[in-house]
Amino acid sequence: MNRKLRVLVAKLGLDAHDRGAKVVARAYRDAGFEVIYTGIYQRPEAVAEAAIQEDVDVVAISSLAGAHLTLIPQLIHLLKDQGADDMLVLAGGVIPEEDISALLAEGVAGVFGPGSDLDEIIRFTREHAAAK
Amino acid sequence: MSHQERKERFAGVSDREVKRAYTPDDVAGLEYARDLGDPGEYPYTRGVHPTMYRGKLWTMRQFAGFGTAEETNARFKYLLAQGQTGLSTAFDMPTLLGYDSDHAYANGEVGKLGVAIDSLRDFEILFDGIPLDQVSTSMTINPPASIMLCMYLAVADQQGVGWDKVSGTIQNDILKDYIAQKTYIYPPEPSLRLITDIISFTAKHVPKWNTISISGYHIREAGATAAQELAFTLADGMQYVQAAIAAGMDVDEFAPRLSFFFDVHNDFFEEIAKFRAARRIWARVMREKFGAKNPRSWMLRTHAQTAGVSLTAQQRENNIIRVAMQALAAVLGGTQSLHTNSYDEALALPTEDAVRIALRTQQVIAEETGVASVVDPLAGSYYVEHLTNRLEEEALAYFDRIEAQGGVVKAIEKNFFQREIADSAYRFQRRMMNGDYRVVGVNAYADGAEAKKEAQILRIDPAVQRRQIERTQQVRATRDQAKAASALAELRRASQTSENLMPYILACVKAYCTEGEICNVWRDLWGEYREESVY
Amino acid sequence: MDLTTLLQRFQQGDRRALARAITWVENGTPEAGELIRSTYPSTGRAHVVGITGPPGAGKSTLVDRLASRYRELGQSVAIVAVDPTSPFSGGAILGDRIRMQRTLNDPGVFMRSLASRGHLGGISIATGDVVGLLDAFGFDVILVETVGAGQSEVEIMELAHTTTVVLIPGMGDDIQAIKAGILEIGDLFAVNKADRDGADRSVMEIEMMLDLGHMGEAGINRWDGEAQANSGAARRLDRTGHHGTADLASGNPYTSSASARHAADRHGTANPGDISWRPPVLKTTAKDGQGVDALVDRMIEHLNFLKETGRWEQFKRHDAAAKLRELITLRAARTVMDRATAAGDLDRLTASVADRTVDPYTAAEEVLSRHLGT
Repeated sequence: MNRKLRVLVAKLGLDAHDRGAKVVARAYRDAGFEVIYTGIYQRPEAVAEAAIQEDVDVVAISSLAGAHLTLIPQLIHLLKDQGADDMLVLAGGVIPEEDISALLAEGVAGVFGPGSDLDEIIRFTREHAAAK
Repeated sequence: MSHQERKERFAGVSDREVKRAYTPDDVAGLEYARDLGDPGEYPYTRGVHPTMYRGKLWTMRQFAGFGTAEETNARFKYLLAQGQTGLSTAFDMPTLLGYDSDHAYANGEVGKLGVAIDSLRDFEILFDGIPLDQVSTSMTINPPASIMLCMYLAVADQQGVGWDKVSGTIQNDILKDYIAQKTYIYPPEPSLRLITDIISFTAKHVPKWNTISISGYHIREAGATAAQELAFTLADGMQYVQAAIAAGMDVDEFAPRLSFFFDVHNDFFEEIAKFRAARRIWARVMREKFGAKNPRSWMLRTHAQTAGVSLTAQQRENNIIRVAMQALAAVLGGTQSLHTNSYDEALALPTEDAVRIALRTQQVIAEETGVASVVDPLAGSYYVEHLTNRLEEEALAYFDRIEAQGGVVKAIEKNFFQREIADSAYRFQRRMMNGDYRVVGVNAYADGAEAKKEAQILRIDPAVQRRQIERTQQVRATRDQAKAASALAELRRASQTSENLMPYILACVKAYCTEGEICNVWRDLWGEYREESVY
Repeated sequence: MDLTTLLQRFQQGDRRALARAITWVENGTPEAGELIRSTYPSTGRAHVVGITGPPGAGKSTLVDRLASRYRELGQSVAIVAVDPTSPFSGGAILGDRIRMQRTLNDPGVFMRSLASRGHLGGISIATGDVVGLLDAFGFDVILVETVGAGQSEVEIMELAHTTTVVLIPGMGDDIQAIKAGILEIGDLFAVNKADRDGADRSVMEIEMMLDLGHMGEAGINRWDGEAQANSGAARRLDRTGHHGTADLASGNPYTSSASARHAADRHGTANPGDISWRPPVLKTTAKDGQGVDALVDRMIEHLNFLKETGRWEQFKRHDAAAKLRELITLRAARTVMDRATAAGDLDRLTASVADRTVDPYTAAEEVLSRHLGT
């Protein structure tokens, strides 16, 4: 058996800042993950469909444009509607402290704000994705 | 006696090793007249003006924009009242990407990162009570830059201000969007056509307008080193010059209205050297490569902004100190205008208090430190001159690599820039993680409790989106429909010819066609650009 | 999801079940065997199209366009794109979706990114089984995009009914260098990015090389000789044979001429008088879709050629033979190795071979004579 953790790194909406997403994608690759990167300007519907088709263990959303409270919950609902609520959803980027609890309540498993340690993101992902 | 040093290798943000000390040997080939020149003299290494800040201080220009036009108008007036001398407009993402606020893609983004603009009605409100002949306005927008400029000119008409009195800048730099910022809409060819149309239109009708702000800022913020920022930005600049010449213009007709926009990062001396190297390279390129005769064509004038990417969410008050030192570097580097970031910007839009401190930072530098009294005070420093030479050499080497690939557009298509930048960004992140690069409050002197402190941040009321949508739909419902439709039809027709599009865009704007409607005409004709690379 | 539920949902056309099935097959989970057993009867219907060519040729963008075109023609499309696994970390970045934005929102299209996971033939070990699942799920067309490392991507030829080699203008020297690996595997050639200088020249160069390869018996014989000189390559190429009925009849799958027969048979020149397929060379510009409709037309034409000449059925038989051969070889080897290891023979003989008291051939004979059979 040759199990690899698969992670979808995605940008939602009109948020073009992809430096963080690319750095995180590389960090996942260097940690042995298979990373599906879908590029910028993605609608929640498209990200959900990609997550399903690729059967990923983890969906990591990078948000720097402030629409995280609108678009991330939309994505989670779409995943749930299709029975993919076992996927680990993570959010990172410019997410104010006070929004974290709202995202966690929506079903985001972990929120990584500015300056988060890449190794910590990897460790968290391994631990929580493997637990499923 | 031992000469033990703290660490084995000393290197700054750009990961270039520096020596313990620099000596005359490090600047051995430097010739004063050829390589530096007096301030205001070719090749302008020491500054584009003989008196520099003794004559006129740099323009203190704080970027502002959020919510609807009403809120941004109030912020503009506040900043002018605080002594700011130029306006700088930030637009929200839907506006930057040519979507109206009621487009499905705009949901959740209206007014978030800047002001939402859909039609001329919004511009009338945005500049209400601000006489356009008395301020200069910078607009950070790219593919729809022509539309925003036309809206500005339409407001000037309403105020009775002649276009020759209007001054300002549109960013209008699409190449750096393909490379780093990613707020593109159309493919390179039609995008460059829009840009040359703007250049030739303003050269004739709006002589004080800066037509492109050739931007390194976003390239740097995306993770580039100082040398990459310098090289890629100047390469973009040369590409625009070539495009305008190819469109039949004389280089001296438009080159004086090109301006630049650089980042100012943490590595103090490297940043100062970057500005000096940029001026020297540009002067030589314009004179020797493009044969410009007008000295104003040789001069690289630039705006600068402190590095947003250097701000930390942890111990955010430290950002005030970072910004102050970056601002000082920009001034010592001889910038023409400066935006200082607010210390709370790592998390959200800046609050009014934070914006005031940022502006005061510039005022302290200008009034209290004495650095504005002497032009290019670091000239002759072995270290600074060595850095200036080194950055120039690195940039020239990059020019060769870009040329070898067939130029900037081809290199973009081959993802050359994108890969170079992503590599640098990743390397930097790794250096931070292994402690090779230390950031106070993040991987050094961190303070867990402090990081959790609740920040006072500016939030955009969700009602902003609703109000903006209502206004835009009302504009669409109440305008002269026949006039709007025929203006759009004319624009479509002209876009398929080689006519200058500016008069047609202006007609659309004045007929209250929305930004989205205008952009859709071109989406239809030209298609949309898609980035095809991962790295 | 357990196996029974998954199979049930798979039969009902549930895409999430399909996606999970692919994961199981890719990971070789215990359920994978049963999954293949249950779905295998439904395979053999889809047209499998391979897209190969060097990096930067624009394969993904072309696949995006091809999928759009097939959709216009009312066909359902599955895409499998293989990207390289990093040899250092074992991780991979799978970025093909970025270039397939045109079709990926279409519910008639299903796309799966696979990492090569250390396999060097341009596809991953599991790609064949993944294609089988997509076939059983009912897709009309399955587009398989290889890694695109440039060379030795012959495995796509055994997997696909129709292999399209994508090249770009200005590769004259490169084509010379790689022609041995590329000309034989292509049923179709697309010179992509044809808006660039030199497209016509590239088309001409490829046409010329194809004509040389198609000059008849002399050319084939020469090629046959090369194959004989390199029995390893011949074996590998034979494994790729689509229509090697002669091999089956002779009962000797490892004939050294099989590769030549395959390449010839594939294009219909093996038997004089047979209808032949001369690989067409087309110009495409994936960026704006130029030439894509024509390319799809040719793909369909090739499918019809395979069916009308009986090659489609031959393909199935040869494919079955190849699959069986592969599994038998793999399992027999594994059994012998396991037994020899357990008996201590492997360690003992390894030491003897190392200190030169026994030669490797004699040692291998000894292992086989002791452990092969019951």
